[in-house]
Amino acid sequence: MSLLPKSPKARRRLTLIAAIAPVLALAVGLALWGLGDSVSFFYTPSQAAQAHPPPGRSVQLGGLVARGSVVKHADGAVEFTVQDQHAVDRVVFQGDLPDLFREGQGVVAVGAFRADGVFEAKRVLAKHDERYMPREVAKALKAQGEWRGDGARPNYGSASAGGV
Amino acid sequence: MLVEFGSFALILAFAFSLAQLGLSAAARVRRSTTLAAAGEGAAVAAFLGVAVAFAILMHAFVVSDFSVANVAANSHSEKPMLYKVAGTWGSHEGSILLWCLALTGYGAAAALLSRSLPRGLRAVMVATQGGLGSVFLAYTVFASNPLARIAAAPVEGRSLNPLLQDPALAIHPPFLYAGYVGMSVVFSLAVAALVEGRVDAAWARWVRPWALAAWSLLTIGIMLGSFWAYYELGWGGWWFWDPVENASFMPWLVAAALLHSAVVTEKRGALAGWTVFLALAAFTFSMLGAFLVRSGVLTSVHAFAVDPRRGVLLLIILGVMAGAGFGLFAWRAPALSPGGVFAPVSRESALVLNNILLAAATATVLLGTLYPLIREALTGESISVGPPYFNLTFTPLMAALLILLPAGPLLAWKRGDAAGAAQRLWAAALIALGVGLAVYAVVSPRKAMGAAGLALGAWLIAGAAAELVERTRAFRSPAAESWRRLVRLPRGAWGMTLAHLGLGVFVLGACFETGWRQEAAETLPLGGSLDVGGYHLRLDQVGAIEGPNYEAERGRVRVTRSGQPICEAAPERRIYSAGGQTTSEVALCYRGFSHLYIVLGERRDAAGTPVWLVRAYWNPLATLLFLGPVVMALGGFVSLSDRRLRLGVASKRREQPA
Repeated sequence: MSLLPKSPKARRRLTLIAAIAPVLALAVGLALWGLGDSVSFFYTPSQAAQAHPPPGRSVQLGGLVARGSVVKHADGAVEFTVQDQHAVDRVVFQGDLPDLFREGQGVVAVGAFRADGVFEAKRVLAKHDERYMPREVAKALKAQGEWRGDGARPNYGSASAGGV
Repeated sequence: MLVEFGSFALILAFAFSLAQLGLSAAARVRRSTTLAAAGEGAAVAAFLGVAVAFAILMHAFVVSDFSVANVAANSHSEKPMLYKVAGTWGSHEGSILLWCLALTGYGAAAALLSRSLPRGLRAVMVATQGGLGSVFLAYTVFASNPLARIAAAPVEGRSLNPLLQDPALAIHPPFLYAGYVGMSVVFSLAVAALVEGRVDAAWARWVRPWALAAWSLLTIGIMLGSFWAYYELGWGGWWFWDPVENASFMPWLVAAALLHSAVVTEKRGALAGWTVFLALAAFTFSMLGAFLVRSGVLTSVHAFAVDPRRGVLLLIILGVMAGAGFGLFAWRAPALSPGGVFAPVSRESALVLNNILLAAATATVLLGTLYPLIREALTGESISVGPPYFNLTFTPLMAALLILLPAGPLLAWKRGDAAGAAQRLWAAALIALGVGLAVYAVVSPRKAMGAAGLALGAWLIAGAAAELVERTRAFRSPAAESWRRLVRLPRGAWGMTLAHLGLGVFVLGACFETGWRQEAAETLPLGGSLDVGGYHLRLDQVGAIEGPNYEAERGRVRVTRSGQPICEAAPERRIYSAGGQTTSEVALCYRGFSHLYIVLGERRDAAGTPVWLVRAYWNPLATLLFLGPVVMALGGFVSLSDRRLRLGVASKRREQPA
């Protein structure tokens, strides 16, 4: 007991610190570990060609769905090409495409590259709202100078749809 | 004409909010009851103004007045009436107006219901509420007018996003906003306490009903949103750790922490500074939520109605409000009295630990939600933080909290008896262990983590029961005596027990659903079948139907289990003519608390014959996921009806805050 401070106030502070410290250490440790491991990078096809994510690493691939590239197989598989200004990537996906998936529109595929360079998507995201593009896609395309505005924006008012 | 009147009412409301701020502040400085009464009158008038504007906007939606830009962009004459009404808050402008309605409504209620507060505190609270109201109303009037006309009215509107045309989502925003904005009263009370330099038991007692009401409404709001995502997105999941979900979850966590720390401040006068801090943080997180959702800075599956340019304005509002609140806190909090002392093992310590864990959990969620923004600002890389991060960080912290939870209510104030609490919980521990082992042995496939989670859920439920047994001295005193004690339990005690019970129910559902969900997807021709979770699904027929504002393919799926017919499901795939968007209507087949979840996908052609992609999930005990939060919110409302929270207004029963 001689190691503990004498004043009750200091003692209380010490107890509090003793309670907070392990929780804080746990939280910080887990957060650092989690952020190191489960962060997935976003690439457009040309960025992916530069960065070369290792096969199997979970990443997101975003860009425009190339016109005429969508092939739907009878067994539920879908293939399409995601493109930006400089590069294209072939994407395979097993399942239902999102309701707003369209050729020529922005899309984000979540998944990993296979060893043969084909992107295997676990999930394909398009925006709920036909007037907006996934933000990363919009940003990447703007950077490449291929941006043509917020899709079919109505010319009346500054309205927008929905609300969650 | 009516619409212009609405715009005028909105501007008037803005003026009244400014008056509320000015008059009440002057009332505090001059110690004038006349000015204070005028400030309170202005608060009521501001609410009436916003209510009139809101009613007029709703009317414009109901009668499909497409000369209003907001209506033209979000409504359609063929839309069912419920969604015309819900369209009022379906857009950015409309939802901000709903926010203002709730804000001024709470402001008026707080002004009217706080007769028992000391005059100075009350005046500062009303003034702060007026300040918040004027900022958000200024934003509405100058940057986001929901009643703006367009020069050339279109013949037909662009319709509300079909995904939002859903009963759960129609009522989700009002609950969510009532919860978010309820925290504003708590924020104002905290500011008032800091200005007055006094945080005592009475102050904590005034904070609690508002925090309880807001937290309960937020619980319902989040649950409705999650339920919507569950059956409308058609992914079979109910929580995606999506930024928008996190945005609503963080204020909930902070409010939960606040409810617990306010108890300590009320009962023991301790933790005063921390309680004030949480009270400020709760509304700050609400505003952060509004900013994250409305600005679209983070990519989300839930983000509708986003507008990046006005997002910056919302960010400025957030920064100024939170900055002012926390600045005041930094200046004044050191002067607050430290409060009573307590032993390391005591109810206070248990509640402090609860707060440490909840705060740490909130911090990890906040970090995970904002990390993509931080990373992008630092390195320019676009990244996303997925569910694995949250499962890794949030779940262990919560698990620690849940393990400790049942012990808290059994410890005495000031100095608790750990051995005694353990003695009272051994039955609950045995039940939890039994459930865990039974699940591990019986349920296949065998999953240790899932079984541990279920044991945790059982632990919470049995712990809540043990707490009730302890309070009523059941099994130790005659049954009549226990019954008398049970009936006489204060509502606050019932509320706590119910809330903890609801949490246990939710944990059971979450762990069972996550651990043992089964999934199958196949392309089926007519007559084709697939199996999931022991059920046999046969696609019998796909027909075309016509809804009020959509056309749909409706499948008929016959479900059998070992030959016995179970149910017929009718999943749909709808195509909305306005906007040309398709949505999937999931068919849920309820089996007790479990769901068979069936989605009809796109039609494809396989060598001439049409096939449909049918996905089915077996979601065991999924109903508990939504039942749990309902029980928790019920606990909140029961607690809210406790007389002790209405001390001072006991003579006027109708004056209970809600």
